Amino acid sequence: MKRGKGLTFVGDSRIQKYEKPKLNRDYSEFPGRTEEFYPDFLLKEWITGAVFLIGFLCLTVAHPAPLERVADPTDTGYIPLPDWYFLFLYQILKYSFASGPYNVIGAIIIPGIAFGALLLAPWLDNNKERHWKKRPVAAAMMLLSVGIIFYTTWESVAYHDWETQDKQGEIVFSNLDSEDPVFTDLIRSNCTSCHGGELTGGSGPNLVEPDLNAETVNAFVTNGTGEMPAFEGQLTEEEIQQISEFVANLEVTSADEAMGGTQQEGGESDTD
Amino acid sequence: MLNRIYDWIDDRMDITPIWRDVADHEVPEHVNPAYHFSAFVYCFGGLTFFITVIQILSGMFLTMYYVPDIVNAWNSVYYLQHDVAAGVIVRGMHHWGASLVVVMMFLHTLRVFFTGAYKAPRELNWVVGVLLFAVMLGLAFTGYLLPWDMKALFATKVGLDIAESVPFVGEWIKTLLAGDEQIIGAQTLTRFFAIHVFFLPAALFVLMAIHFIMIRRQGIAGPL
Repeated sequence: MKRGKGLTFVGDSRIQKYEKPKLNRDYSEFPGRTEEFYPDFLLKEWITGAVFLIGFLCLTVAHPAPLERVADPTDTGYIPLPDWYFLFLYQILKYSFASGPYNVIGAIIIPGIAFGALLLAPWLDNNKERHWKKRPVAAAMMLLSVGIIFYTTWESVAYHDWETQDKQGEIVFSNLDSEDPVFTDLIRSNCTSCHGGELTGGSGPNLVEPDLNAETVNAFVTNGTGEMPAFEGQLTEEEIQQISEFVANLEVTSADEAMGGTQQEGGESDTD
Repeated sequence: MLNRIYDWIDDRMDITPIWRDVADHEVPEHVNPAYHFSAFVYCFGGLTFFITVIQILSGMFLTMYYVPDIVNAWNSVYYLQHDVAAGVIVRGMHHWGASLVVVMMFLHTLRVFFTGAYKAPRELNWVVGVLLFAVMLGLAFTGYLLPWDMKALFATKVGLDIAESVPFVGEWIKTLLAGDEQIIGAQTLTRFFAIHVFFLPAALFVLMAIHFIMIRRQGIAGPL
């Protein structure tokens, strides 16, 4: 050791007198060219890490992180989907042997057994052999599990309606005035459960984007259509007219107008 | 000057053994991709650590703007994404890093499994590794709710329903996570924020420290 004298304890001290810098274990039993971690190997790792980081940054620039519209608990028509690494669990829950009355099998028992087996792998596979070809049972179980994870993830992705998924979460800015008494008193209690909290669509259609006039809306609300119930009798004619005018007046606006000038100092106005 | 500072500290703390242990530990040929390209499979653990560091740093910067309440959460994320300089990059790193860390950890687990590196005397390190995997998935799950967009809310609803279906303690777990028996709302968001930013990272750091100390104590498993 060139620099530093080190701490020297003697006698029954817990730290022994420091003599040789090599405290690490001896790798002489390993064949071939062993190199020290610092600096040669670390430099190579550093370069690999830098290349990886550049690729990673390119990914973040090319694909910005997604953000859907603000959470709206009243929008019951939304089809939920977990992030991709939980899709396999989600898919297992859709099989008939693991859903409904057997939900506990799909939600708890299967994942529980898999996790427990993974955790206890060193004791389940207590064969001395390390090479995977010499412990076929363990290797086969792992390959099977990986196969199931890949297959169920693929199945979940392949059978999902991605167009609806993208559409239902889209951020739409409108001139909707959430303080308006028509909105707070009439629309919140009658319309938003199907048409979404900001009327941008749920199980029922989007009311902001289409160019509707008040008479059309009035006819739909009074008489209903398809899934939509008729509100004649439940609401007065005057109320229906107020709703119709409010809805007819809705239109898509730019983010700046809707957010009320957030550009300047980030004082976001409450858009919901 | 630097040498004298080092010596001064070393005379009191005896840091040389630790430093030499880090610097001089040998990297055997069978794990060195410079000699055998196929040894790149031994890089997955290191890459997992690297991305974890990216996650910690990008997450620290995200909390500078993020507000964990249901009125402002989405707005703060929207503002970060659209108006803050490089906000889209930082959030993108955290978002894609979450996916990559799961991928790398999965590959690392498979490498350790198929090379039989978890066999005696390294069983405990395998167990710690599996626990790390669980903590990472917990971080992925709790982080998903934080932007408070549609996807976040409804995916969390599904997750909490699954938690609720655990026999006997299910409803208790759900209430613990969500802050209420029924409502997924303001309480849920602050709880998930606390779990994502304080509880699970604390567990992660402790487990990672144990994981790495054990690697240095036991050394790398030999060639197959």
